Amino acid sequence: MRTTFLLACVAVLSVGCEKKKPAEADGKSGAVKQPVVEVKPAEAKPADEVLLLGEVGSLTGSEAAFGISTRDGIAMAIDEANEAGGVKGKKLAVRVYDDQSKPEEAASAVTRLITQDKVLVVLGEVASSNSLAMAPKAQEAKVPMISPSSTNPKVTEVGDYIFRVCFIDPFQGSVMAKYAHEELKFKDVAILTDKKSAYSEGLTEVFQRKFAELGGKVVAVESYAKGDTDFRAQLTNIKKLKPQGLYVPGYYQDVAVIAEQAKELGLKVTMMGGDGWDSAKLFELGGSAVDGSYVSNHYSADDPTPRVQEFIKKYQARYKTTPDSLAALGYDAARVAIEAMKRAPELTGPAIRDQIAATKDFPGVAGTITLDEKRNPVKPAVVLKVEAGAFKYVATVAP
Amino acid sequence: MLLDLSQHLINAVAAGTIYALVALGYTMVYGVLKLINFAHGDVMMVGVYVGYAVAFLLGREAASSLLGVLAVFLVAMLVCAVLGFLIERFAYRPLREKPRLTALITAIGISFTISYGFQLDLTVGQARDAVTGVEARQLSSTPCATGSDCVTLLPGAAARRFPTIIESREWLKVSNADETSEVRLLNWQVLSFLIAVGLMVALQVLVYRTKFGKAMRAVSHDHRTAALLGIPVDTVIAGTFMLGSALAAGAGILYAIKDKQVQPLMGMYVGLKAFVAAVIGGIGNLQGAVAGALLLGLCEEAVVWFGSSSWRDAVAFGFLIVVLLFRPAGLFGRVVAEKV
Repeated sequence: MRTTFLLACVAVLSVGCEKKKPAEADGKSGAVKQPVVEVKPAEAKPADEVLLLGEVGSLTGSEAAFGISTRDGIAMAIDEANEAGGVKGKKLAVRVYDDQSKPEEAASAVTRLITQDKVLVVLGEVASSNSLAMAPKAQEAKVPMISPSSTNPKVTEVGDYIFRVCFIDPFQGSVMAKYAHEELKFKDVAILTDKKSAYSEGLTEVFQRKFAELGGKVVAVESYAKGDTDFRAQLTNIKKLKPQGLYVPGYYQDVAVIAEQAKELGLKVTMMGGDGWDSAKLFELGGSAVDGSYVSNHYSADDPTPRVQEFIKKYQARYKTTPDSLAALGYDAARVAIEAMKRAPELTGPAIRDQIAATKDFPGVAGTITLDEKRNPVKPAVVLKVEAGAFKYVATVAP
Repeated sequence: MLLDLSQHLINAVAAGTIYALVALGYTMVYGVLKLINFAHGDVMMVGVYVGYAVAFLLGREAASSLLGVLAVFLVAMLVCAVLGFLIERFAYRPLREKPRLTALITAIGISFTISYGFQLDLTVGQARDAVTGVEARQLSSTPCATGSDCVTLLPGAAARRFPTIIESREWLKVSNADETSEVRLLNWQVLSFLIAVGLMVALQVLVYRTKFGKAMRAVSHDHRTAALLGIPVDTVIAGTFMLGSALAAGAGILYAIKDKQVQPLMGMYVGLKAFVAAVIGGIGNLQGAVAGALLLGLCEEAVVWFGSSSWRDAVAFGFLIVVLLFRPAGLFGRVVAEKV
């Protein structure tokens, strides 16, 4: 509650600043609404000739880095489509609302996109909890929604209008289990899981089952709670058991401290994790302690596939930085939506939905996308290794 | 077995001494004011941020010298003492004659103001201007080395790495024949322990051997009578807050040296544990706070060692309930009949 209040104050302040710059009509009344950023096509057309897509993202708040990358990826896809002639002779535009990394804001933003802006397709969110807040609204209004990177299986289970372009958690867990057993040849592995996070618990469960199925042994499952910074007791326990690997399916902030303390206690294991590790912050907080670890992820900038390298080149030219997974998935999500709009006989929710559902062998940057009957893509994951403060591509693991 | 035990003991004492330093602040303020100062943990957090800024301004070399470490501790403690004074002067003193609940709610308010205020991203002005996201990206997700050139000293929601001011070195390493168990004792663990004990001894001397300590005890006993006897109650209470806040800052720096991470909500977490420790020991009692903190540290460690790590917090707080069931005033507390 109190977080909500304080963040609301911040939002009001920030909108205040933002609105001064562009001379937009709703400047004053917009003070209590979410900050709005509109990416317009290069040559602005009257509103009725533009096909409007909606996006909800975390442009501020704890996951701001995720939301900003996604928005950049989507903006690039939209501009490319416009350069190529748009859809059905019309230009595309995307309206972006900030949800401040909070589910309740995400729900109200998506409602606004649907009822007020009458968008054809909704893109978003990154965090599964935010996507889960948005999905029922989109489903009810029969507006197709594509989440670029929410990996929790429940998101697309909301209804037949909800899609995603990333793999789901169970797959990610089994990829790492398979890699640990077959490539790294680990026999004994310990797990340290965040018992407060559905993401972490989900990955732990799958990894544990899959690794045992393959003939490995999970020697210990220790846990912590988000907010802990002392993991020495758990690590001392794990050290006694002498595992070769330690699976830590948490977020980068905790992982960094765990790696550091493991090193301090003289625990010699190879750490493994999931896409929750994907942040430059990991290296800043964890230093050299995270070197030599392996993570499963959606995409790698080192992937030599031509279409990936072409995407990276264009992205770097535009934003002066290397795209992360979230930018790649945002780009893919927007392109899946645009392709479906091109194929749809008419631009209505149900017609576009049917075409998104029919997406097959789509050449996405983060893997080829074929959506299954549960509206989840069947696509490979990459395994990355941490070397000297950066992720290095090592393998692609097919489903 | 013995080696494992020793390693777990080292872990437990390292955690316990930090809880103890924070718990002392809770207990002292409660002693003189009968107020649970919920902002105490957040004052500790502010101390860590001050230490962080000082360490960065000094640079890596200077900060890890003896004088540098001393400067980090002293500046943080000084700033927190001033902060403690300000909180007491402007938030609690006007409410002193009001019902206790009023002050308690104010304490919670101060706590949230500090911990959430520190999450406001003050660099956000530039970031928000960016429609394309280019500028925002440079602030948020460029891989930034730990050099001081791209570190902002302003607080923000994201966790930071506390600079290494005491380089980690092994002072003792014992392992058994087949190397299944070993004990490591690191230099900073010993130093932290010594600093913590030093601070506690200094406090003990101050409270029981000085005039100010005598005044403090008198106020704690009965502040109205103390006032009648000519003891400057306001000054004593302000002094108590400053002392407690300075100790919290010291504890915060030790905590940051241990776990290397700084973030605005750390105070709430450590503060809660320390508060539990103070209550276990008998709130208002200095020795009790230290004993309670060490017990809590041991209890947490033992749960993970013998049982399951998922139960750590549950057992720690369960322990509090058990203690309170059998000794409602805490382990060292005395039951005082409330005069009505």
